[in-house]
Amino acid sequence: MIKNILNLGDAAVYCDFGKDVNQEININVINYFQNIKDKKIEGITNITPSYNKLIVSFDLEVTSYSKVKKIIENLELEKKFEKENKLIEIPVCCEKDFKLDNDRLEKKLGITYDKILEIFFSKEYFCYMTGFIAGMPFLGDVSEKLRVKRLETPRVKVPKGSVGLTEQFCNIYTYESPGGWNIIGNTPLEIFNKENRSEPALINPGDKVKFNKITKEEYDKIKR
Amino acid sequence: MTKLKDNYFEIKRAGINTTFQDNGRKNLNHIGIPISGAMDKRNFMLANALLKNEINTPVIEFAYQGPLLEFNGDRIYFVITGDVKFEIIKNNTEKIAGLPYNVYVIENKDQIDIQSTNKSVYGYLSISENIILDEIWDSVSINTKAKIGSNNGEKLSDNQKIKINHKNRNIALTKLNYIDKKIEYIRVIKATNFDYFSEKAKEVFFKEEFKVTKLSDRMGMRIEGQILENVVSTNIKSEGLVKGVVQVPSDGNPIIMFADHGTIGGYPKIANVISADFDKLAQMTPGATIKFKEVNLEEAEKLFKFYNLETTNLINQIS
Repeated sequence: MIKNILNLGDAAVYCDFGKDVNQEININVINYFQNIKDKKIEGITNITPSYNKLIVSFDLEVTSYSKVKKIIENLELEKKFEKENKLIEIPVCCEKDFKLDNDRLEKKLGITYDKILEIFFSKEYFCYMTGFIAGMPFLGDVSEKLRVKRLETPRVKVPKGSVGLTEQFCNIYTYESPGGWNIIGNTPLEIFNKENRSEPALINPGDKVKFNKITKEEYDKIKR
Repeated sequence: MTKLKDNYFEIKRAGINTTFQDNGRKNLNHIGIPISGAMDKRNFMLANALLKNEINTPVIEFAYQGPLLEFNGDRIYFVITGDVKFEIIKNNTEKIAGLPYNVYVIENKDQIDIQSTNKSVYGYLSISENIILDEIWDSVSINTKAKIGSNNGEKLSDNQKIKINHKNRNIALTKLNYIDKKIEYIRVIKATNFDYFSEKAKEVFFKEEFKVTKLSDRMGMRIEGQILENVVSTNIKSEGLVKGVVQVPSDGNPIIMFADHGTIGGYPKIANVISADFDKLAQMTPGATIKFKEVNLEEAEKLFKFYNLETTNLINQIS
């Protein structure tokens, strides 16, 4: 549940779900997100869920902090979230040219790359949020055996499709972008497609993701 | 007069960062798409109001140096807003110095040369006819970082054409006397991580001056001054961002989020610029000094009402 509601500037409501990051809290955040979204509250310009916060921005010409806060406080939550929960399979190629941080990961984790991949591909991940850049999913939780910090010096360009690791999370670079995550492989799938106007992001908060290891040959076939 | 088939501007010089903008796109932050839209909302609105356009009609936004455009077609009206130096070139020879907030008429082969913004960043060019543009998610606004919006999400480039749907509107050659006032302070509300900062840093933030750096664009503005010391943590769990939020990364120099900001971020938030001051902040050039002043929510809401009233009064002055 929401622990605290504050204003962020004069045109946003900041809902704080506490300090912890886990799926239970995040599902709560997503549930609020869905419920507020479906209520189509007048003047709302954005609802931004994250691990344990939800920020509701509004047009100050139309409504105000006290009005939106009251609506959120009195919201009758319906459980909409579970129905939409789906499993998405993402093929990832971890062969040379794609595994940019092979050496770094082996060194930091003290295990072979094969072992790293075995652990990485052995579980399902949960999408906590999407964002930063269009459609980028933040997935968790990565096995405790694979937890590494982000690069000391971020890359100026991370190739599109790169799958990265940082601490308890993994992500997918939907575009070429600057970034500091440890790159384990690359997916040939379009994770964000702006031509699909109603559902441009393949992975959305609350979805489950299963990565499947593929060869370079299979990668090229999908890419074509 | 025979009607010309195609009406368009040919871009002879695109300028530094010339894009199409409107009010931006809503309710897409959760998939990583920011609001975008005109950086200086008042000047955007005045550009359309002066031509009696719908208030959210797409305009051309330019920064520092604007475009040089050659018009091809039947006569149209245009207006430029902001503190902008520009000329109208008739028949390739006669040059007329232009004044912002004045409606002009141009004919086939006339040129508009937008030379620079004076001690400000953004200016707007609006025309009496519709520019033919693709909308994506109810907005033409170009976000060059995400490659979203009209013109394939790219800024305008040399030799490109801007196509116009000509409806032959007749517009009064009106003008508005408006000079943007300089401001002493950028007013802010303390944000959610204000207490992450040392007592000294809190004092510095409201007492000392900060300088706008060159690392400023439609995504955000980096400013520098005395380092703001963080005594709790220089990282927070990534969470949503809003326009105007002042984040402080580990180097202690603040970054203020603008229209094309990343939708989530993990730096502590020290303060949030109030809505009434967004336009003025966006117009501050590298090297300019900023002083922050704290206001509370109630004051911020009143100041926004006043800002809106001022804009409405300006629009009402247009005959």
